[in-house]
Amino acid sequence: MVSLTINGRIVKAKDGEMLLAVLRREKIDVPAMCHHAAVEPFGACRLCVVEITRAEWKGWCDYVTSCLYPVSPGLIVNTHSDKVNELRRTILDLFLARHPDCPEIAELAGEYGVFKTTYETVVGGNNCILCGLCTRICDRMGFTAISTVGRGHGKEVAPPLRQAPPDCVGCLACAENCPTKFIEYKLRKKRVTIWEREFELLTCTKCGKTTITKDFAEYLSRHRAIDAGYFEICDECRRKNLAVSMGEIVNWERELLT
Amino acid sequence: MRLSSTGQLTQLRTKCQAAAKKHKKKVLVCCGPGCLAAGAQKIADRFRTVLKQKRIAGFSVQALKETGCHGFCEQGPLVVIEPGGTFYTKVKTRDVEEIIDRSVRKDEVVQRLLYKDPRSGKSIRDWAKIDFYAHQNRIALQKLGQIAQCDIEDYIAGGGYAALAKALTKMTGDRIIDEVTTSGLRGRGGAGFAAGRKWRTCKDVQSDTRYVICNGDEGDPGAFMDRAIMEGDPHSVLEGMIIAAFAVGSSEGYIYVREEYPLAVVNLQKAIEQAEALGLLGNDILGTGFSFSIKISRGAGAFVCGESSALMKSVAGQVGEPRAKYIRSVIKGLHDRPTVLNNVETFANVPVIIDRGADWFAKIGAKNNSGTKAFSLVGKVRNTGLIEVAMGTTLRKIIFDIGGGIIGDRPFKAVQTGGPSGGCLPQSQLDLPVDFDSLTKAGSMMGSGGMIVMDDKTCMVDVAKYFLGFLVEESCGKCVPCREGLYQLHRLTIKVSEGRATEEDLSTIEKLSEMVIIGSLCGLGKSGPNPVLSTMKYFKDEYLAHIRDKRCPAGVCRELITYEITPDCTGCMACIAVCATHAITGKKGKVHTLDQAKCTKCGACYAVCQHDAVLVS
Repeated sequence: MVSLTINGRIVKAKDGEMLLAVLRREKIDVPAMCHHAAVEPFGACRLCVVEITRAEWKGWCDYVTSCLYPVSPGLIVNTHSDKVNELRRTILDLFLARHPDCPEIAELAGEYGVFKTTYETVVGGNNCILCGLCTRICDRMGFTAISTVGRGHGKEVAPPLRQAPPDCVGCLACAENCPTKFIEYKLRKKRVTIWEREFELLTCTKCGKTTITKDFAEYLSRHRAIDAGYFEICDECRRKNLAVSMGEIVNWERELLT
Repeated sequence: MRLSSTGQLTQLRTKCQAAAKKHKKKVLVCCGPGCLAAGAQKIADRFRTVLKQKRIAGFSVQALKETGCHGFCEQGPLVVIEPGGTFYTKVKTRDVEEIIDRSVRKDEVVQRLLYKDPRSGKSIRDWAKIDFYAHQNRIALQKLGQIAQCDIEDYIAGGGYAALAKALTKMTGDRIIDEVTTSGLRGRGGAGFAAGRKWRTCKDVQSDTRYVICNGDEGDPGAFMDRAIMEGDPHSVLEGMIIAAFAVGSSEGYIYVREEYPLAVVNLQKAIEQAEALGLLGNDILGTGFSFSIKISRGAGAFVCGESSALMKSVAGQVGEPRAKYIRSVIKGLHDRPTVLNNVETFANVPVIIDRGADWFAKIGAKNNSGTKAFSLVGKVRNTGLIEVAMGTTLRKIIFDIGGGIIGDRPFKAVQTGGPSGGCLPQSQLDLPVDFDSLTKAGSMMGSGGMIVMDDKTCMVDVAKYFLGFLVEESCGKCVPCREGLYQLHRLTIKVSEGRATEEDLSTIEKLSEMVIIGSLCGLGKSGPNPVLSTMKYFKDEYLAHIRDKRCPAGVCRELITYEITPDCTGCMACIAVCATHAITGKKGKVHTLDQAKCTKCGACYAVCQHDAVLVS
């Protein structure tokens, strides 16, 4: 354990732990749009930037993204200094210019007092902030069905060759984790469409509710050593089944005791 | 033949030197990038055919060498006859026979092909006496232009691989690192980090594997120093890398070459094969038991892959995006292993340092900036070319003594150093010594060594706009300040150049620049606003002229200029012929007229007019 100073308060943390995790644990509100605990930190949105210094730095300070910065003893952190707030406002201002119709951006910008962009609004923009969560999560899941394409201002998220991605199994993790809800999918009775691919949904043999896609179930049983029969019923029914069998055991034990 | 001891290497050297001495003369045809573009390959081929036909006594075709870049690209294609250094400029294929008859067979010179000093008007025979070369100090480029490219025997005959032999047999890894540290060699890729310190850190990190990578992703517009070295003297890079690998204890290395340098890839590959065949690379180098292999890794055309962490991702086959370097790549680099990454020129300096000693090297250059630096001198300068000068040489000396001043003796306006994220320095900074620290202090940077000279016809707003546009295109797009911030800075400079900006926009530029600098993830974003900041610092008046007077003083920004035809017009009709929109009308011998409504301000009439009768205002 090491101790560091955050906003004047002494805080304990594990050596080498990422600063943002410590801030979250200490309930210090620092915005972050490209962070998810399940994937490696990325440092794209730069909103979690904080000011750091050390006693031996003699007044010199640095600005680092807390999601990527490992803590060490003696670190002095200021999460809301004037410069940090200005940088956050600038980033949100730039976001507003690029994504003028995005409610999530507008809300966060409003919290920082930015209501109108200082800059030229980008024509033909969309709501993808290129946080990379979708591609990193897809990677983490083991599919790598989508990735970023191109670079610079024209960069975007797309499947290979912009065609329906063959490696996608329709798990929807990308869409569910998109901070601006830019990735769309269509859910119909027994089918789901995402990235221009249509997937068949499995139905619970017990209650008839739809669960995950057939492709996803096949992937999981193949790669995670899960029995294919496992996916025949939905989670809810599985829990019900468990409860029933647990009840049976209890009854059986009671019978034995009496 | 495989060399299994340093003694065998010495024997081979003696043999190569003896073979070279058999020829009374050497013909060196420069096949560097500039001369090749001017048709040097045809000249070399012509030399070969004619020499074969003529069969001159005491001369064989083996003494005809296709060399790497000799440096003076402006005067190319270049041919040098050694000994004596007879220097022929702007050689054409039809001159080849005459050169052979008079300078190879006999000891005469072809007067009309000699370099004529523009000041004295005298012809100079020996290249070393030409101002362009006389003020230089060549270390990394010393063999360039003197030996045949991709010829390991030529390289060995000139003392090549002697430093490697010395390092492997007479020195320990620690000694080598100490030597490099004492020499004060700083990374030539731009940031100027001390090479010895980097190697020390890499060696001291606990790890099973270490990597040595050579950064050949030279992407700055107008820069070609590393290209010239990789194409013309690849063995010096290999030798430097092997020494580094031995010093830090690495067995695997990569040379990352940018997509746009196919010849560098071919020549490096040839060099690697030659070195492997002689046992100077691969398993059990020179019988010492040390093994090191080098692979070439090709870029895919992204400027940002010159950044160390992006480069390593690209080598590993991932998307070339930088990562935050709170843990440095020398500790966790390629495949998360300690990695030494140095630039081509840095590695090319290493064998010389080992060979001649750290103290000799440390004496050259300026304080804390020892050695020399190669620059590609381009732009509106008379002597375009590849140069190498001692650190601390002033800009004035480089531009006016070596570079020969501005084309057409126009006034000097600015020099841009450090590539797209460097800065522009004005006349008042001409006496600035060129080294890492002074350039950074002046608001520019060393970068990899591109030096673009500008005259009074250059608009500084336009320059800032160009470089920002380059960076917007080349930003990887990962982090917001760089992707969106540089884009907005570019839009703001466009606004200035079109005369739509207000003075408030200038303060927006300043504020946004500061945020991009502190907020960006990697060096590209952190130095991205430099072009606009340095031009605003030194050329504020020009920005204000665009804003207040809606005028572009240099006559470049299209929205703010008009073309007019003055009464000086002789009626030659040249401008009428080139005007695509038929805006110019008139009869032969009569003053032409220009219809402003039809004019698209393309500037073709201005460029074609021989009588200065087109006025830009």
